Amino acid sequence: MANVPSDLKYAKSHEWVRVAGDVATVGITDHAQHELTDIVFVELPEPGRQVAAGQSCAVVESVKTASDIYSPVSGEVLEVNPELGGNPGLVNKEPYAGGWFFKVKMTRPAEVETLLSPEQYLAQIGPN
Amino acid sequence: MKRTPLFDVHQQLGAKLIEFGGWEMPVYYSGIVAEHLAVRQAAGLFDISHMGEVFVRGPGAAAFLNYILTNDVGRLRPGQGQYSLMCKPSGGVVDDLYVYCLAPEEFLLVVNAARIGADVAWLQEQCSQRPDPRQVRVEDASEQWGAIAVQGPASCRFIEVCCEGRSDRGTAVSVATELKKNEVAGFRFRGDEVFVARTGYTGEDGFEVVAPAGLLAPLWTALLEAGRPFGAQPAGLGARDTLRTEVCYPLYGHELDENTTPLEAGLGFFVALEKGDFIGRSALIAQKEAGVSRKLAAFKMIERSAPPRPQYAIWKGGADGMRVGVVTSGTQSPSLGMGIGLGYVVAGCAAPGTRVEIEIRGRRAAAEVVRKPIYRKAD
Repeated sequence: MANVPSDLKYAKSHEWVRVAGDVATVGITDHAQHELTDIVFVELPEPGRQVAAGQSCAVVESVKTASDIYSPVSGEVLEVNPELGGNPGLVNKEPYAGGWFFKVKMTRPAEVETLLSPEQYLAQIGPN
Repeated sequence: MKRTPLFDVHQQLGAKLIEFGGWEMPVYYSGIVAEHLAVRQAAGLFDISHMGEVFVRGPGAAAFLNYILTNDVGRLRPGQGQYSLMCKPSGGVVDDLYVYCLAPEEFLLVVNAARIGADVAWLQEQCSQRPDPRQVRVEDASEQWGAIAVQGPASCRFIEVCCEGRSDRGTAVSVATELKKNEVAGFRFRGDEVFVARTGYTGEDGFEVVAPAGLLAPLWTALLEAGRPFGAQPAGLGARDTLRTEVCYPLYGHELDENTTPLEAGLGFFVALEKGDFIGRSALIAQKEAGVSRKLAAFKMIERSAPPRPQYAIWKGGADGMRVGVVTSGTQSPSLGMGIGLGYVVAGCAAPGTRVEIEIRGRRAAAEVVRKPIYRKAD
């Protein structure tokens, strides 16, 4: 059973968002890391870049394939996770902690309300 | 999508399934890296029942195959197999395959899943043009037969569970572990004939077991139960692909197709130009004399980057950088922990040590052409 923390919001495309004030921290879900399996490389956006909700702005590479990661919210990339360069496997080990991807200073915080609740995300991924 | 006789077994084992060449196949069970390393260090079981089995029989079978295939079938005694290619008159590759001599007038071809239809059509067309077509019978037995690959250094510790006692066909051995590389023999499993060959697609010691479809599930279960104590685990197409890429074995549709010749692919060792006439020979002789304009090269990334993937452009490094080729296979090497790949480059850039750059999403990352295989087992 995939871990879906109750204090986060989720995008249909399997990213999670943790909100603190107007800053959103973004990563990929436990379900996503499990589906992707062994993550070997993460390409992150440049800090300062403006991203729109739903825009692809990172790439996660498993052994098998490359997958786009979408920003669930609009704003400016404030910071990216410096640990992922040397240790991309953190995304598999700690998808909701050490494996975070980037932080966005939100320009439209109301977008968070359009994201999925934990219950809605669980319903989307099903019982596996 | 087609399913192999082991489909239910894969589902029970919790496999993640994908489409491959029209087949619904396991890509992994526990994870690609774990399965890859299990094969390098212990053993892995692969369902390769999607591949085709074609029997060629009759008094004219050996001569026919020697005219159809690039390698020298005349060197095979009963109980021996060899890697070979089947070419068009242009030298382009119809398929790459293993041919086993089971008896003087009986051969088994194991061919790529996605090429079964094309291969059988080609074989039958060529057969019908023989002076006496009745001397050769081509039988596509792909639906009735399947195969399991048992690969890895521990394979020889439990392979016997699928072949009780002495061989009764092919190479005469008292147990399957006496087979040498490329040898094949018929054994009995619960009374029915199975063929066991010491071959594989991983660069490890191992066996391929070719059996009637109905025997595959009990064979798989017996092999997995016997192999578990030695570290064996089921392995999917994901690990099969990373394993073969590390040792630079070509995959049809990536390194080989009807517009690519064995010489360009670096497979000249399997083209017996001296054996007499065969389809594609004159084109291949001409190409050998003129020199190939592009060559399959193996490369390693030499800076931290995303893994190379098929279709990425290859550039010459440095200020005079031109586009010099294209990646055909690429992945993160689980054994080496770095990006590796194969690709066609202009002949001048194929020498080991050549610096090249791989274009990954608009950025170029440094790589170096290396000797094949990319991964070599420590002695």
